[in-house]
Amino acid sequence: MKPIYQRPKSLKQVVTHYCPGCTHGIAHRLLAEVIDELGIQGKTIGVASVGCSVFAYNYIDVDFQQAAHGRAPAVATGIKRVLPDRIVFTYQGDGDLASIGAAEIVHAAARGENITVIFINNAIYGMTGGQMAPTSLLGQKTTTSPAGRDARAQGYPLRVSELIATIEGARYVARFSLHNPQNIQRAKQGIKKAFSNQIEGKGFSMVELLSTCSTNWGLSPQNALKWLEENMLPVYPLGEFKGKEGE
Amino acid sequence: MEKKVIFHEEYCKSCELCVNVCPKKIIRIKDDLNRQGYHPAFVRDEDQELCISCALCARMCPDAVIEVYK
Repeated sequence: MKPIYQRPKSLKQVVTHYCPGCTHGIAHRLLAEVIDELGIQGKTIGVASVGCSVFAYNYIDVDFQQAAHGRAPAVATGIKRVLPDRIVFTYQGDGDLASIGAAEIVHAAARGENITVIFINNAIYGMTGGQMAPTSLLGQKTTTSPAGRDARAQGYPLRVSELIATIEGARYVARFSLHNPQNIQRAKQGIKKAFSNQIEGKGFSMVELLSTCSTNWGLSPQNALKWLEENMLPVYPLGEFKGKEGE
Repeated sequence: MEKKVIFHEEYCKSCELCVNVCPKKIIRIKDDLNRQGYHPAFVRDEDQELCISCALCARMCPDAVIEVYK
């Protein structure tokens, strides 16, 4: 029989520490598939951030460096400039990239660094126990906004992709979602484009992936996907904000 | 008969996302526990021929549990 789907080679054969149904696992798998398809496993270097996904270095079978909280794009800049023939990517959550790392991502994009950024947005801090993130939705209950996020006290959700897309140095900026197989397939194409751009020397690419945190949202894995679709999609519209085909 | 869909049960965390995307509704959850203490997903041998090898389950699985053949 012909294989239709097999575990990607660049994904280590280990059990991850992620909670059941966590979409980090899907994002890791897509990354490994893209790395396999582009044949770049031997020359790819990942930069892990702080958060649940710090352990990406245990799961994706490429060289890795771990960065201080939010500093992954700065560390990736250094690696790429010293080793320009390597393919360098960061893998950052919203608690990392959109809050403490907001300066680093903006300036890496402004400098047009030839790196790839994978940005996981699940609208909450996962690892530390479900605190409000800059990306949390208005009205969203978290451990630090128990009555729901209130714009008067806590401001508005940050749309990072739209923000980065305004920067001249950014070559490709897109947002995808991981809530069903169709969108997962689109996300994979986006990740592939972000890596292909780097291989072709085109410059800074960022792919935002809307994700779930069923544990801290207090929902079952299936209901978390539904919550994402119903609540996050209206606030975080999907699409390619910069670098569409032909641009 | 060769299997169309193979579950590497040791990776499974019983999130059931595969169960919900299967258009043929042939994925079930085992009563037994795997080494991690989860009830793994599986397809019964007699249901293998119902599988259409669409691989939606494998594309949805967060833990790369599933291999699909046609």
